[in-house]
Amino acid sequence: MSIIIDENTKVIVQGITGRDGSFHTEQMIDYGTNIVGGVTPGKGGQTILDRPIFNSVSEAISETGADVSVMYVPAKFAKGAMLDAANSDIKLLVAITEGVPTLDVLEAYEALTAKGIRLIGPNCPGLISPGKCKIGIMPADIHLQGKVGLISRSGTLTYEIVKELTDAGLGESTCIGIGGDPIIGSKFVDLLPLFEDDPDTESVVIVGEIGGQDEVIAAQFVRDHMKKRVVAFMAGVTAPPGRTMGHAGAIVGGEDDTAAAKIAKLEEAGIPVAKVISEVVGLLQD
Amino acid sequence: MKVHEYQAKALFREYDIPAPLDVVAVNAAEAEAKAKDMGLPVVIKAQVHAGGRGKAGGVKVISDATEVGPTTERILGLTIKDLPVRKVMIAPAVEIKTEVYLSLLVDRGERKAVFIGCADGGIEIEVTAKESPEKILRLEVPGAQLAFLTADMCKDFAMKLMGDAGLADQATAIMQKVAKLFVEKDAALVEINPLIVDGDDKVVALDAKMSFDANAMFRHPELEELRDMDSEDADELGAKEQGLSFIRLDGNIGCMVNGAGLAMATMDTIKHFGGDPANFLDVGGSSNPEKVVAAFKLILKDPDVKVMLINIFGGITRCDDIAKGILASLEQIDVPVPIIVRLVGTNEAEGRKLLEGTKLISAETLEGGATKAAELGGAA
Repeated sequence: MSIIIDENTKVIVQGITGRDGSFHTEQMIDYGTNIVGGVTPGKGGQTILDRPIFNSVSEAISETGADVSVMYVPAKFAKGAMLDAANSDIKLLVAITEGVPTLDVLEAYEALTAKGIRLIGPNCPGLISPGKCKIGIMPADIHLQGKVGLISRSGTLTYEIVKELTDAGLGESTCIGIGGDPIIGSKFVDLLPLFEDDPDTESVVIVGEIGGQDEVIAAQFVRDHMKKRVVAFMAGVTAPPGRTMGHAGAIVGGEDDTAAAKIAKLEEAGIPVAKVISEVVGLLQD
Repeated sequence: MKVHEYQAKALFREYDIPAPLDVVAVNAAEAEAKAKDMGLPVVIKAQVHAGGRGKAGGVKVISDATEVGPTTERILGLTIKDLPVRKVMIAPAVEIKTEVYLSLLVDRGERKAVFIGCADGGIEIEVTAKESPEKILRLEVPGAQLAFLTADMCKDFAMKLMGDAGLADQATAIMQKVAKLFVEKDAALVEINPLIVDGDDKVVALDAKMSFDANAMFRHPELEELRDMDSEDADELGAKEQGLSFIRLDGNIGCMVNGAGLAMATMDTIKHFGGDPANFLDVGGSSNPEKVVAAFKLILKDPDVKVMLINIFGGITRCDDIAKGILASLEQIDVPVPIIVRLVGTNEAEGRKLLEGTKLISAETLEGGATKAAELGGAA
């Protein structure tokens, strides 16, 4: 098993006719993801990559029975696309788009949540259950089906850690990039319970960074509610305060959201924290 | 993006939020003339993107006309938190009956907009929040309701903040306007510290601090014009135009990485092995060769850089594109330092092939590359 997505997941792509959307749709199809259609307002009735295009998410769902939408729409149009998804019966929206204005995300998050739709992202690489379903932009060949769950605020840093897991033969049940923005739809604490309940996940890696309190809240949850082994890696130990480090969400605002403060909280909760990436595998096997 | 107090106050007036009139001066003579027109007493305030201006001597109340020039000169000579003061704002000194604190921002934890208030104004809100959290008022507002904030929603909060029904009505009107300003301008923060009750029992914003969401600047060309180039690092701004994310640091190992998280982790790894990074640089996704050339130029502008570490994990970014960029850079620029390259992921083999026979030092892993960089940079 895996969490959230598997071989039965039916996926539509919002922004399927765009440069990024069409490229990654092809990659996902190659991986075996069941892409059943796409949405580009105004292009309904046409096809791309042998898949039908619809004008709205609702229309796409009623025609294809899709349960997940993945969005590659440019930032300027992201709010409209997210509200379109909120106006449908989709179960999950994965927002890959980078640079969406914070207030747009906030409003879309509220609309999606009111409908019980889970949001992952924005500004994230997506999620993959290796061997079953890939939704997003991550390179496929570094992944191996296995029993480690992974949740990360970063993209390429995640790939780096996945490669370590795969090279060590551990493999992954599901890897989720939750995104690097201040407002994101799913946080560590929203996803950890799913891994705890998944019989095929044996352990979990949390990949965090500076900014916010999500890792601290995750640490409390792990301590109070999880039996499975959880280990962590934190980026930004050397980040100077007051500077946004690339991700809009990665900024050290006070003494509480530095990497050092978070590492201390994670360790207090019994979560070992790797000092360098190559230590992650060893900590999982301890 | 941050703006100065006088710019934030101009926005306040545009939204009918009461704030005393003010003028800006860049030298003593201008300050003297403008203060004379305004009439004394006045307050002279340093216009700089830093908090703690009062403590640093950047805010002075002046009643004597002969003091305006010398005081302006002293303030213009200050450097507050590494930022030189280049402008002062001059405003009439007003009678203050009461000072309170009011701000609006997005609470990432709660995923809501939130008003923060405190009946003790003119204070450092972080200190009060820590030492007397019971004094902090909060009013959470869903993002979709910010533009339609009703007086009813603000009433209780405003009453607790002001302690008087008439004043609370004024504060409520201010909160509604602040919310409208926040939404329409995509603010990240509106902070009024202090919001005061003046001699005529009017509630007035005596200070104004605003910053804006960088992601939303595309729909606010009018805000882009408020950017103070003197307060920002020209290289960092230039990097942004090239699609790079760059921050200069103090070390001597130049870093070029794809992805913000990996860029931070690369800096951390260098430090772990005894080196000292000279910068944070994220070349972003789908990097074309020109971006790599621009990154090379930025990094090598720093004379302290003794070695470069290029760490790329190809996903959307293709290793062969990066390799082409490296080759173009070596052709176009004189590169006086050793370069360590680690390429993994999409089109890794093609990328490595392109770099065969060059003087580059190749690394298999991030940790291998970081160790080598620390060695060549000399221990920190």
